Amino acid sequence: MFKIVLKTILTPSVSLMKIYAPNVVKHAKPGQFIVLRTDSDSERIPFTIAEANQDDQTIAIIFQVVGASTLKLNQLKENDYILDFAGPLGKPSQIDGLKKVCVIGGGLGCAIAYPIAKALHNQKTYVHSIIGFRKKELVFLSSEFKDISDCFDLVTDDGSAGKMGLVTTLLKALLDQDNTFDEVFAIGPLVMMKAVSELTKQYGIKTIVSMNPIMIDGTGMCGGCRITVNNKMRFACVDGPEFDGHQVDFDEAILRNKMYESAERKAYDHACHLLKEVQNDQ
Amino acid sequence: MINKSMIKNHMITQKPEKRIHNYREVSQGYTNEQALDEAKRCLECKNKPCVKGCPVRIDIPGFIHRIVEHDIEGAYQIIRASSLLPAVCGRVCPQETQCEELCVRKLKGESVAIGHLERFVADYHSQNNTDKPIIVPTNGIKIAIVGSGPAGLSCANDLVKKGYQVDIYEALHIPGGVLVYGIPEFRLPKAVVEREISALIKQGVNIYTNVIIGKTLTIDDLFTMGYRAVFLGTGAGLPKFMGIPGEMLNGVYSANEYLTRINLMKAYDGVSKTPIQSAQRVAVIGGGNVALDAARWAKRLGAKTVSIIYRRSRTELPARYEEVVHAEEEGIIFRMQTNLQRIIGDDFGFVKKIQCVEMTLGELDDSGRARPIEKPGSEHFIDVDSVIMAIGTTPNPLISQSTIDLKTNQKGCIITTNNTGLTTKDMVYAGGDVVTGSATVILAMGAGREAAQAIDEKVTSDIFKKPPNI
Ligand SMILES: Cc1cc2nc3c(=O)[nH]c(=O)nc-3n(C[C@H](O)[C@H](O)[C@H](O)COP(=O)(O)OP(=O)(O)OC[C@H]3O[C@@H](n4cnc5c(N)ncnc54)[C@H](O)[C@@H]3O)c2cc1C
Ligand code: FES
Repeated sequence: MFKIVLKTILTPSVSLMKIYAPNVVKHAKPGQFIVLRTDSDSERIPFTIAEANQDDQTIAIIFQVVGASTLKLNQLKENDYILDFAGPLGKPSQIDGLKKVCVIGGGLGCAIAYPIAKALHNQKTYVHSIIGFRKKELVFLSSEFKDISDCFDLVTDDGSAGKMGLVTTLLKALLDQDNTFDEVFAIGPLVMMKAVSELTKQYGIKTIVSMNPIMIDGTGMCGGCRITVNNKMRFACVDGPEFDGHQVDFDEAILRNKMYESAERKAYDHACHLLKEVQNDQ
Repeated sequence: MINKSMIKNHMITQKPEKRIHNYREVSQGYTNEQALDEAKRCLECKNKPCVKGCPVRIDIPGFIHRIVEHDIEGAYQIIRASSLLPAVCGRVCPQETQCEELCVRKLKGESVAIGHLERFVADYHSQNNTDKPIIVPTNGIKIAIVGSGPAGLSCANDLVKKGYQVDIYEALHIPGGVLVYGIPEFRLPKAVVEREISALIKQGVNIYTNVIIGKTLTIDDLFTMGYRAVFLGTGAGLPKFMGIPGEMLNGVYSANEYLTRINLMKAYDGVSKTPIQSAQRVAVIGGGNVALDAARWAKRLGAKTVSIIYRRSRTELPARYEEVVHAEEEGIIFRMQTNLQRIIGDDFGFVKKIQCVEMTLGELDDSGRARPIEKPGSEHFIDVDSVIMAIGTTPNPLISQSTIDLKTNQKGCIITTNNTGLTTKDMVYAGGDVVTGSATVILAMGAGREAAQAIDEKVTSDIFKKPPNI
């Protein structure tokens, strides 16, 4: 059992949890993830490690309530326990030797992009962060990003916070103004990562994306997380989760992510319904 | 009195039309009378040919003789001296190619049903035995076992009995390896596996789940933590795909994924949150136990048609004979000498149909089996909405990649010295599927035992070599 030592609500649907997991902390690096199960009926759900704290031996995860399983996780409070917690999984981000990098986070992807940006900052890489959300209410981690960035931009689709537009609008403007980067890290919804990759390809800037397909074990055992990279089958959990965005078949990944859409929708509605019943009873 | 019947006593089984609607065990085991009747078919041959067919050399006529004498517990002790998991092996060993193949009764009629008798004895023991576990005082020497499949469990069992302090590290959240995530409930009830594992825990073995060696901890970490030796029983868990068009479509599963969703995550029971596609027309590619297990689960989850697609003929199917018969009874279609060429999807990225080709059988290949050759012009389509790939697995490279001095062969299997399980890394031993590639429960168990013996000999001789630091 793994204890939740801290829970912070970042936005109405996004929470941060710090979980005491000394074994997992030991070798954890930015870019890696963990798999957890809240209880014995729960799915195994992967989450990127937002922070591995060697001092208090905790792993921080940031998650958005998107389905029945994350809804259940979000019901847990400080001092509650998570049944299973395994990691660190996947390959760490390759950040050695980078001088100037643009880190792009879209929506919840900011939670994954942040530890990478921070690690880059800590090794004195010039970091230009661009984080994007749909609207003001959904913004999180913006001050954290600002603190570790040499240059920082916030964009929202409707302009309710920061500049109005998409991350790609801003990136394109930057690149057109002759800004250049050793590498771009783009982490967010598949369509965003696809758009960024298509853009940077035109400018010949290497782009790393973080793939989050459906996973079960996270150790290479099921092949459910397979994606096509450079025309080869890759398992995101062991060969990734980070890949060269110019080589990923995004269209296929988008279709694969829809595999259980209707089942998940049903489970989520059911869970919401149960939750309402419980709340009404109280 | 020898029972001269030419045929075996058959276990009572659930009726096919009933069992495809539940996931309870198909075979119900022998009654006392059946067991006694079957035991009397054994001729108690002096040279015991059957024992030569048993990978762990159980004294088969010896235990059968005890059954005849109504001493079932005595029979159990004889089996248990050679095999850690009789209740499991009685259910899943391919007896027809091992002990039963060499049975003299087979010269005229059917062999003695050794597997059924083993199962009977093991189940009798678990229902009637009340003895306390024998706890051996610990010698304080720590040994780490990686993986909790049959290889790891049997190695742990032998070492704890010798007084070692044994800790098992398991990557998944439940111990048991393939016995829990691969082999279905209807063939091997999980309660049987749990019983064996809890017996080990009672003897003092610690099992740490959720620890992925190579990621959470490295092998070198284990030595730093004070373990004197490490045994790797990590199995062959990496699924193979065919490399044909369409494998990325939704509805294409590796058998590992399909079975893990169902067996480990209990996707069938309504309470579990892990989803599984409810496919109507399923094609399973391959002819081994894994393929049959996936096919029979698909049937139980409500598929109307389930086909096994296999390149060679029915006689070459590598699956256990009993499972082939059961699958046929359940209405699984066997499309033999057929190969999959590509999978075709719809506009939404879901499987729609498959293109197959017929095969003829040519000369024997390196594996001693007829080489399947495509028959030109025999291409045909089959409408399906799910395809399950059960064409084999290889060892997971997580550990070998993170341990430079651990050598593997071209197939990714860990290289060991014969009969000891010693790898190329000092004090690291390995056995089971991770060394042989996908094989059988009994072979994995045997390898775990051999390594336990080798570890004990090495550790003991090291102690005598080194003067104690006083
Ligand atoms: C569906 C299916 C049906 C089968 N049917 C039969 C049958 O009827 N009869 C028969 O004899 N055999 C059968 N087999 C084969 C048999 O199950 C295997 O040969 C046997 O289980 C191998 O045992 P093992 O201990 O080597 O490995 P496994 O049982 O595979 O156990 C390995 C364990 O190690 C764990 N592990 C892996 N990597 C790590 C790591 N890095 N750190 C920590 N833990 C790790 C795994 O999670 C797993 O629990 C079947 C296999 C399958 C998949
Ligand atoms: S999640 Fe199972 S192989 Fe990647």
